Amino acid sequence: MKSSHMRHRQQQFGFSLLTLMTLFTVIPIAGVVIYILILGTPAINWEFLTGFPREGMRAGGIWPAIVGTFYLTLGTSVFAVPFGIGAAIYLSEYASDNRATQLIRIAIINLAGIPSVVYGLFGLGLFVLFLNFGTSILAGSLTLSIMTLPVIISTTEEALRAVPQAFRTVSISVGATKWQTIRRIVLPQALPGILTGVILGLERAAGETAPILFTVAAFFLPRLPNSPLDATMALPYHLYVISTQVPGMPIKIQYGTALVLLVFVLSMNIIATSIRSRARARRQW
Amino acid sequence: MNKISIQNYSLQYSDGTESLRNISLEIPANQITVVFGPAGGGKSSLLRVLNRLNDLADVIHQEGNVYLDSVDILSNKLDVINLRRQVGMVFARPVVLPFSIRQNLTYGLEVAGEKDTERLNYAVENSLHKAALWEEVKDRLDDPAIALSGGQQQRLCLARVLALEPEVILLDEPTSGLDPISTGKVEASLQDLKRDYTIILVPHSVQQAARTADLAVFLLQGELVETARGEVMFTNPQDQRTEDYIQGRFG
Amino acid sequence: MSIFQNFINSSHSKREFLITLFIKIAGYSAIVFVGMIFIFLLLEGLPAVQKVNLTSLVSSRWYPIEDYFGILPLIGGSIIITLGATLIAVPFGIGSAVYLSEIAPHWVRELLKPLVEILGGLPSVVLGFLGMLVLSPFLRKLLDLPTGLTAFTGAILLGGIAIPTVMSVAEDALDAVPRSYRDASLAMGATEWQTIWRVTVPAARSGVLTAIMLGIGRAIGETMTVMMVTGNAPILPRGIGNLFSPVRTMTATIAAEMGEVANGSVHYHVLFLIGIVLFLISLAVNITASTVIFRQKKRQERILS
Ligand SMILES: Nc1ncnc2c1ncn2[C@@H]1O[C@H](COP(=O)(O)OP(=O)(O)OP(=O)(O)O)[C@@H](O)[C@H]1O
Ligand SMILES: [Mg+2]
Repeated sequence: MKSSHMRHRQQQFGFSLLTLMTLFTVIPIAGVVIYILILGTPAINWEFLTGFPREGMRAGGIWPAIVGTFYLTLGTSVFAVPFGIGAAIYLSEYASDNRATQLIRIAIINLAGIPSVVYGLFGLGLFVLFLNFGTSILAGSLTLSIMTLPVIISTTEEALRAVPQAFRTVSISVGATKWQTIRRIVLPQALPGILTGVILGLERAAGETAPILFTVAAFFLPRLPNSPLDATMALPYHLYVISTQVPGMPIKIQYGTALVLLVFVLSMNIIATSIRSRARARRQW
Repeated sequence: MNKISIQNYSLQYSDGTESLRNISLEIPANQITVVFGPAGGGKSSLLRVLNRLNDLADVIHQEGNVYLDSVDILSNKLDVINLRRQVGMVFARPVVLPFSIRQNLTYGLEVAGEKDTERLNYAVENSLHKAALWEEVKDRLDDPAIALSGGQQQRLCLARVLALEPEVILLDEPTSGLDPISTGKVEASLQDLKRDYTIILVPHSVQQAARTADLAVFLLQGELVETARGEVMFTNPQDQRTEDYIQGRFG
Repeated sequence: MSIFQNFINSSHSKREFLITLFIKIAGYSAIVFVGMIFIFLLLEGLPAVQKVNLTSLVSSRWYPIEDYFGILPLIGGSIIITLGATLIAVPFGIGSAVYLSEIAPHWVRELLKPLVEILGGLPSVVLGFLGMLVLSPFLRKLLDLPTGLTAFTGAILLGGIAIPTVMSVAEDALDAVPRSYRDASLAMGATEWQTIWRVTVPAARSGVLTAIMLGIGRAIGETMTVMMVTGNAPILPRGIGNLFSPVRTMTATIAAEMGEVANGSVHYHVLFLIGIVLFLISLAVNITASTVIFRQKKRQERILS
């Protein structure tokens, strides 16, 4: 047995090591955000945000990419939100603990783990080619939806399960049906948690590149899409394009684009987490 | 005629134990029937049979018959929703819904399709009067119900049941968490209410059973040991086990 | 009872029936989607096995223009980078999980955990972008390499991407270990440090293993970052030395080439075949990880009584 002095030294050393490791993890994260903030800000001006790209994207703005990412996020939510919430309601309120339910859970975990580029392949095979949607916002949104689904399902289910069981029992005991109970009590009480989950899911969709590579993204398209069957530019793909495929690309524009993407995604993240913490503080149970 | 008739009823949950064994019991209208006995005797299970709340539990087997006004309430053709409106239930823990006081009272009516504000307002006021809560909350009906004290919350739960104009009221240890004053208020309103309703009460003590029972039913480990008028049961029980329990020799 | 009479009219219960039906369909949709993904990959990927014979698929030359479709270098590239990323993400992810859950003061944990989880949400293309512009030139100078676009660069970035996953899941697992375990150990005279490694971490080991598996899954599947920083040379890595030369992963190959192939060509089918390989790997990783997740606490709270 080691002396108590030795053990104390060992503990001090261990604690310091772990603290250092954590700093090593956290500082680069903050660093990435700050770095892009600093180098990207000079590029930001009205023309950059609202203008069309010019001179082979080496000048002008990124408006079509911003709009495209916005449409894709919106399109993703149209499909992923009802299905994700529906599936979560099923798992939390209806499913009994049997084989079929286990299978659903395994499927969800696997959906969450499938590489994003494989979603891209699937979207190409099913939506673009088989269903003949072409490279379009529709095909891209559907692909992103399926990818987003597991995030929405798991966070929503967690929010639903947090609603006390007693509310359901009371509601049923005064003659409400199951759906009335869900609709009038469970869903409203879980709403902040559900919103958080939905936004976090959509955040992921907004930032992804690989699933949209072959399903929707246009290299350069100097006009706005005007139907769901149009292709579109999108921020993450645009950043990829201008940082790898366009020689002589001004560095300022690259950082500016990265900054806009980062702000788009991080603001969703911040909205989501602040909804969650505000709701926690106000909760009555 | 009796309001509720239970005939040779048995119930088994998925954990295997027979929680109710061959129970036969006639429950009269407009009286307080007290179901008492030691923990785990099946009192709550029995109440939950009467409004089919056991549908939510893992019941693996039940047999026998239960009639409410000669309607077979175990039938799977029964309109369960309607039954639950006729047979209201107050639980041990006051669970107010996360709404305002008013919405707690109108909830049951609204899910039943009632939209008429006048009738809803009438139900709110009327039920609060009956539960002896009106004076205390009439000025803050739109405040969150959670802000009420424990005793007030429990009376709100009673009012919530009354708002549905039920015929039978089930109360499962409704005063177990309350102070003596609130308990007294609830007991007093029950005495008033029995003129209009059939009341079945699981008391939280033998003393409460003795104070409130018109008819008393002693349940021990799923078995109905003895049924008697309240004044008889608590002065002159027939079964030795009943006597031992009332005397506090076990439980 | 007159006011109830107009309830349960047929339109009402019909609506409820339809909603319930939708909920059930949505509930099973995850199974359908996984199935559909697999079927579509098979449909488009299996023809590759007929058109290119198996021996040339399992060879070490990837040069599609001249019909060399050996996928070994790509698998090797994925493996070497994932291995490197795991070596980084596991110690750092678990180390910081232990720090946050066992050592850090409450406020530090409340501050840092969301911060680290934000990194999990940063778009991988942004990290790839910085990897290209900042990390790889830095490593090239530091290690005096001909190019900074190497497996090593990719592994570092991927490790960084996997850390939040590992940390977050492992932290949850550690947090779930009952207080009483730690108290018992401390009462027997163990230091906190000994308690952490001999009691708490072992008690949370299944969750920690899940964390590692999910981290590995995250690393294997990552696409944009590796495509941007690893140089994309399809060379079969033969040793640790290859860590410092360019490689190319399965994911990057699909992403880089699918846009340029003709639909239905041999090359197209082979890329789907790679997709099948990736799908099966992620399936294996996630099923392993999920066997643990299933010991979920049940919510069979008794009916109020
Ligand atoms: N939902 C349920 N699922 C399984 N078993 C149950 C359930 N509810 C009650 N039981 C079992 O049935 C038996 C009777 O329980 P019950 O709650 O009816 O007794 P009780 O007389 O109300 O007791 P208490 O005074 O503790 O409330 C007990 O053995 C209990 O474990
Ligand atoms: Mg009970």
